[in-house]
Amino acid sequence: MKLKSRIWILDDDDINTDVIYPGKYTYENLTPEEMAGHALEDYDPSFASKVKENDIIITGRNFGCGSSREQAVTCLKFAGVAAVIGASFARLFYRNAINQALFVIECPEASNFVRERAEELMFEQADLDTEAGKVSIAGNDFEFPPMRGKALEIFEAGGLVPFTRKRLEQ
Amino acid sequence: MGHTMIEKILARASGIEEVKVGEIVFVKPYRILSHDNSAAIIKIFRSMGGERVWDSDRIFIALDHAVPPPDFKKAQNHKVIREFVAEQGIEGFYDCGTGICHQVLPEFGHVVPGTVIFGSDSHTTTHGALGAAGIPIGRTETASVWALGETWLRVPSTIKIVLEGRLKDHVYPKDVILHVIGNLTAEGATYKAVEFHGSVVESMGIGGRMTLCNMAAEMGAKAGMVPFDDEARAWLDEIGVNDYDPVVPDADATYENTISFDCSAITPQVASPHKVDNVSPVSGLDEVKIDVALLGTCTNGRLEDLAAAAAILEGKRIAAGVRLLVYPASRSVLDGAYETGIARILLAAGGEIAVPACGPCLGAYGGVLAPGEVCISSANRNFKGRMGCKEDTGIYLASPATVAASALAGKIVSPRA
Repeated sequence: MKLKSRIWILDDDDINTDVIYPGKYTYENLTPEEMAGHALEDYDPSFASKVKENDIIITGRNFGCGSSREQAVTCLKFAGVAAVIGASFARLFYRNAINQALFVIECPEASNFVRERAEELMFEQADLDTEAGKVSIAGNDFEFPPMRGKALEIFEAGGLVPFTRKRLEQ
Repeated sequence: MGHTMIEKILARASGIEEVKVGEIVFVKPYRILSHDNSAAIIKIFRSMGGERVWDSDRIFIALDHAVPPPDFKKAQNHKVIREFVAEQGIEGFYDCGTGICHQVLPEFGHVVPGTVIFGSDSHTTTHGALGAAGIPIGRTETASVWALGETWLRVPSTIKIVLEGRLKDHVYPKDVILHVIGNLTAEGATYKAVEFHGSVVESMGIGGRMTLCNMAAEMGAKAGMVPFDDEARAWLDEIGVNDYDPVVPDADATYENTISFDCSAITPQVASPHKVDNVSPVSGLDEVKIDVALLGTCTNGRLEDLAAAAAILEGKRIAAGVRLLVYPASRSVLDGAYETGIARILLAAGGEIAVPACGPCLGAYGGVLAPGEVCISSANRNFKGRMGCKEDTGIYLASPATVAASALAGKIVSPRA
């Protein structure tokens, strides 16, 4: 994926899945679009209404820690978030993200750079190339392990379940 | 450039020359393991459109969690699994009573050095003891692997743990790994691989290495491994497994961190309620009376573990009011316990000897605690409510020897006492 898009900075570590997708909604049968309406509700109530298609979230360490609820990924994805760049991710959030085709990118250098200039860089543009493993922000280039080859196919299929179904049909 | 064990094993299993830490690769496992949860996995498999598993030889299922089944729902789950296994021609199926999945897998020759073993169980890390990469994955992913024969993994960085010195008498691999976890904490190896090195590991038998790798899961590790050596070779020779290409780390491999421990200083340890990293020496505890002692499980249910307990209990009886639950990790272990007289010693001491299964470890079936009760256990987790009752119960983790000594005393004491 090659993308030029604006960045949404969540200037914190340990943003957990309870604030990304509040627990009280997890037993309601919401559609993915409805879930998107509650994305990050307990962290930034304005996020869901202000987020734009293809926004790139940049955040700190251990993003997505806490409960393994898959909705934490779904709500961000259907809110239009194209990628989350973090210093690090909780393992289960990371796996859920890949399995639902939401790009999660571990890049501590980009995270630290952006967070040090959070006010100035909020909503600035980032130039992202997931296959090359590069992101450019405010004239600075950062590298991360590229998403290449077969791993891309999960993304192209839209997630692990459709990916599996599609491959079985072949 | 040198590589760690996990980098080499994942490169081989994904058909790539060299992999980078952080890279996502698709991995074909040598085996994929599941247990009673196979019933749920079968449902997911079908919902993905799955009809035939990709390779029936690679699938391993052992029934161990609710054995024998305590209610008709669990019995029905087992029935569904048996029908699936027959339909798919899966030979690697081990019915109730054979043992706990992580003991049965190596015993029956399914663990091969240098390969990836996936499992829908967090203690799949156990199989690093034989130089494989035992990696836990989820149920949905397991269903996907049954269908496609592979799934994605992110290549983890590796923490090298060096265990030097010589263990004191009455100090066991379980004490060592509890001490390590107490140091690194329950998140100390999250998403990383761990390699165990050093003289203490080199002189440790495979059983002890299994305890180390099993417990690596409690530091958050994705895999815990011991470099292949003659000890592993001898163990595998005994069961007739000799067709493999073992993996050791390169001398110039890059580790995220290297942490050394002088194990000569370690005394019997205990993990107090309710976290596995809440570790301290037994000698430092205030008096802790116990109600239940659990000896067994995939962590410490091998013959050498039962033997360590029997050596302490021989000719004696456990304290009044204490129950000693004995869960051998497999039929083979139970058989060995009969042959050697260990079973008789444990029985005479007041032990309740059970079917080789997981039972009390996770409150699934058997040996559940009552409100207010305290248990000393040779298992791997002590979270609140782990053994089936949340109210006021406390679980202390320790070595089999400490469990036995405590059962005798009616309170937590170290084996030297």
